[in-house]
Amino acid sequence: MLLAQVEQVQVPDLDFPAIAPILIVLGAACVSVLFEAFLPRSARWAAQFGLSVLTLVGAGAALLAYLGDAPATGVTTLAGALAVDKPALFLWATLLILGLGSVFLMADRRVEPGGAFAADAAIRPGTIQDRAQATTVMQTEVFPLALFSLGGMMVFTASNDLLTMFIALEVLSLPLYLMCGLARRRRLISQEAAVKYFLLGAFASAFFLYGLALLYGYAGSIKLSAIAAAAGGSDRSDTLLFAGIGLLVVGLLFKAAVGPFHTWSPDVYQGAPTPVTAFMGACTKVAAFGGILRVFSVAFEATSWEWRGVLWGVAIVSMLIGAILGLTQTDIKRMVAYSSVAHAGFLLIGSIALTDEGRAATLFYLLTYGFTTLSVFAVISLVRDANGEATQISSWAGLAKRSPVVAGIFTVLLLALAGIPFTSGFVGKFVVFSAALADGMAPLVVIALLASAVAAFFYLRIIVLMYMREPEEDGPTVSLPGVPTTITIALGVAVTILLGVFPSAVLDWSVVGAFVS
Amino acid sequence: MTSTYLAAELGPVDGIAQYAWLLVALPLLGAAILLIGGRRTDRWGHLLGSATVIAAFGYGLALFFSVLGLDPEQRTREVSLFSWIPVEALKVDFGLRLDPLSVTFVLLITGVGSLIHIYSIGYMSHDENRRKFFGHLNLFVGAMLILVLGNSFVTLYLGWEGVGLASYLLISFWQHKPSAAEAAKKAFLMNRVGDIGLAVAIFLMFANLGTTQYTEVFERAGELSGGVVLAIALMLLLGACGKSGQFPLQAWLPDAMEGPTPVSALIHAATMVTAGVYLIARSNPIYDLTPDGRLVVTIIGALTLLIGCVIGCAYDDFKKVLAYSTVSQIGYMVLAVGLGPFGYALGIMHLLTHGFFKAGLFLGAGSVMHGMNDEGDIRRMGGLARKMPITFVTWGLGYLALIGFPFLSGYYSKDAIIEAAFGQEGWRGWVFGGAAVFGAALTAFYMTRLMLLVFFGEKRWENLKSADGRAYDPHESPKSMTVPMIILAFGSVFAGFLLSNGGLLSGWLAPSLGKLQVAEHGVIPHAVVPLLTVALSALGALVAWLIFGRKSVRVPVERPAASWPVRAARADLYTNALNDWLVVKPSLLLTRAFLVVDNKGVDGIVTGTATVLGGGSSVLRRTQTGFVRSYALSMLGGSVLVIAAMLVVRFA
Repeated sequence: MLLAQVEQVQVPDLDFPAIAPILIVLGAACVSVLFEAFLPRSARWAAQFGLSVLTLVGAGAALLAYLGDAPATGVTTLAGALAVDKPALFLWATLLILGLGSVFLMADRRVEPGGAFAADAAIRPGTIQDRAQATTVMQTEVFPLALFSLGGMMVFTASNDLLTMFIALEVLSLPLYLMCGLARRRRLISQEAAVKYFLLGAFASAFFLYGLALLYGYAGSIKLSAIAAAAGGSDRSDTLLFAGIGLLVVGLLFKAAVGPFHTWSPDVYQGAPTPVTAFMGACTKVAAFGGILRVFSVAFEATSWEWRGVLWGVAIVSMLIGAILGLTQTDIKRMVAYSSVAHAGFLLIGSIALTDEGRAATLFYLLTYGFTTLSVFAVISLVRDANGEATQISSWAGLAKRSPVVAGIFTVLLLALAGIPFTSGFVGKFVVFSAALADGMAPLVVIALLASAVAAFFYLRIIVLMYMREPEEDGPTVSLPGVPTTITIALGVAVTILLGVFPSAVLDWSVVGAFVS
Repeated sequence: MTSTYLAAELGPVDGIAQYAWLLVALPLLGAAILLIGGRRTDRWGHLLGSATVIAAFGYGLALFFSVLGLDPEQRTREVSLFSWIPVEALKVDFGLRLDPLSVTFVLLITGVGSLIHIYSIGYMSHDENRRKFFGHLNLFVGAMLILVLGNSFVTLYLGWEGVGLASYLLISFWQHKPSAAEAAKKAFLMNRVGDIGLAVAIFLMFANLGTTQYTEVFERAGELSGGVVLAIALMLLLGACGKSGQFPLQAWLPDAMEGPTPVSALIHAATMVTAGVYLIARSNPIYDLTPDGRLVVTIIGALTLLIGCVIGCAYDDFKKVLAYSTVSQIGYMVLAVGLGPFGYALGIMHLLTHGFFKAGLFLGAGSVMHGMNDEGDIRRMGGLARKMPITFVTWGLGYLALIGFPFLSGYYSKDAIIEAAFGQEGWRGWVFGGAAVFGAALTAFYMTRLMLLVFFGEKRWENLKSADGRAYDPHESPKSMTVPMIILAFGSVFAGFLLSNGGLLSGWLAPSLGKLQVAEHGVIPHAVVPLLTVALSALGALVAWLIFGRKSVRVPVERPAASWPVRAARADLYTNALNDWLVVKPSLLLTRAFLVVDNKGVDGIVTGTATVLGGGSSVLRRTQTGFVRSYALSMLGGSVLVIAAMLVVRFA
């Protein structure tokens, strides 16, 4: 009998077409590291940028190719460690295209001459060497880091057991910590952001790991399906189960920057180089909520009656914190950070609906929100004065007079964040709220609407500032974006408007059905 | 039931009638070219504006003769143009109803309209905005034709609003005068009140019958309960009161005389203000069902005709006297249509004859004022008969027609209404007949006063200067103005006889309005009524002559102080004050109250909420210290709460 078991374990079953996108991204990340080691400095930017774009496009192509003959219910592979199902594929596609947009932003060397990243992040800020490197070309480590992070995110959204999920979480997080500290300008605040994010991230990982341990103690397995089965019918200690769920959820909510576990996000959003902020704001959000959706639906559905009330409270707190604290922000990146806390609350509403509509609505919301956020940060990176980006909100006064096009684009994006009709933000909110209503969460929807109304104020304030104030004498100017940034902005605005006016096609795709386990 | 006389079946649309849309399209096209073309069309704009209306008149005549060739049963036809509002249950087809009633109105509107367009070429020759004026006039003609030709109440409403707009634009044509702008605003607002009535009536029809097409509404009006029919009738009457200047919405019409005189003649005497009469006559199947509704119509008509006469006696402004005369004459028409089958056709007949002679009177007044440096105060005129012979003769014929001089137009049309009013039974015959005949006497009085003060007596203008400092130099007007006056004078003389002879008009209109009924035995014998009317009218004229006409009487240039009844009449019988008290002041108070509520209440709540949220935001912001240790602490606190809550929910 022992022999038989050994024989069974020998060959883990591998579905290569299904996991090809992950393999491509992670493999390319390794190649990218080699590029960094062996290519001469002058050739690296072009090579790394080209490789990243090729990788993401190639992974997308592999995904499309697999989509054609993917089984409708999805498959589990790697001995059940990964579940490649329709929701995972939708999330992968979202991640790949948002990742491509982020890579474009990172590669731009025109907005900030030499690139947004420091030439050598290890040099101490403020030293002579640091001043000397101000004019040299940026380092390109950010590309492999981004690819690793993206690979981690893709695994995270597809992981079918908690340990895989934890490893993916670390794979996606560690590069992010580093990327936060790479800013060319304001290096101190950038490095402070990196350290803060790292410390708090480690703290959250500990929660996740502790929750994992408790759940293993409860179910005797780390597989999501096994936990679900145990919770469905057993007389084991519920204390273990619920303490485990609580700790695990805290770890996940931290990644998604849901209040009150959002405290890192304003500081990190502000300090990180803007392309990295865009990457975090768009892709990390998608990955984190992808994971949350899977864990809730697959592992904890049977106990949803108990934890749902708690998450109601979390969603309310998150929406209120985001909406109210956003009111008094003076830095535009911090304001967007609080806006993302409020949006995380809205997303959480969709995630706890646990119906096909709720899932579809959350996925759609993630896609639209990702595009809008990406473009918002891209536009923020364009408005500059002598010290780099002019992130003080007051300095945006009268921007419409100086640059009507940029002001117009930013207005569209802000309206989308506020959820005004004929933007994708409206459709996203609409589908999430209607799914929540259908699932009996009317009070939560009412609070969400109130929070949206409050949050709309600070978006509109910026629009008023841009259009109805006289520009300051020494106000910022809008620098001409390079081609990559232009592509990202154009794509984001186009998607924001198109999905606002004709959302039906993507809404249909987002109806992905259940997770497999 | 009179509806049995109505043509139940629609006749086939063939021949010339297929092109009936031209009637509406021609003037609207003219308006579009003139208003969009701007200054480029200045040189020939007036000619185009006149040509489109004359062409429409020509087509209208051809249409009229083609209809004459049909059997009476075939004369009601509908030209379907397109589906206008196809929304769920509400289906409104944009179509034209060609029947004797609408064709009659087409002839009146385009006929009188053509004359007044021609007159305006001369009258407005010194105005640099003459092209715009013609554009607006064309717009009016187009809208008025939609109003009378539409085959549903919604189409009628479109025209109704269109003429309201054109009227507003034309009253304020000289908008540099504050009084003109004010008058336009007043007309617009008071018309809105009436329009609401019309709209509510349409809503009621749609709610209860599911349709607004004439054919279906009239066919199925019998299904409605009495209360609904009465409500529709009263709401339609409210609409009619607004457009036709009937009590209590009459006050805008005299003020509307601030517009150029051709506008007063065309819109505010001959056509638009009679739309209310048209509306009630058109809705005759509804009014036939509700005697109470008809009674209210009659009362409003009788009341208005008296109010108009009394105030007309006191005014010194040439056009305002005529305006109140219009109010009172429309009162006669409303009284007539309120009599139901006894009066629909009589109301329309008086409408037509009045269209001729009142348009002529206004054009005459315009001609006088044109020659008198635009002076409108009759106390500054006098003895103008010699200076303006053509104007005097044509105006005189219109005057005689209006006061009902035997065998002129007014004699036939007004006497018929007075007769029909006396034909009512019991107290109604006495009250309405009495009001009508008393009105006739008053009409003779104020019109004679007007005649005497303007054309006879002392030349008071000789020693005065006009407001702009020029001396008065009265002169006859150019041909383009006198020719239309002459043509209208012919109408004033002969139209009444031609239309009433042998029941010509009432027979012609029978397919639309039902057969005209004649009361068998009224409170006064039929033969006596004309004699009584003529006698009372003569008495009124005589009194006027005694007061204003005798050689020994000197008419002061300044208004003398007067006794209470005259003061009351000069103050519009306090109707303006009444409106002010009942509507304007309370509305102002209400708006002020709302303003206070908005400023203190709503804004208070909004700014209060904003303050609270902003304050909360500032307080909460302090938790964002920037220290990792406090962030970690808040995360820990949050985690403890989440886990505790989970366990509490599970084990509570």
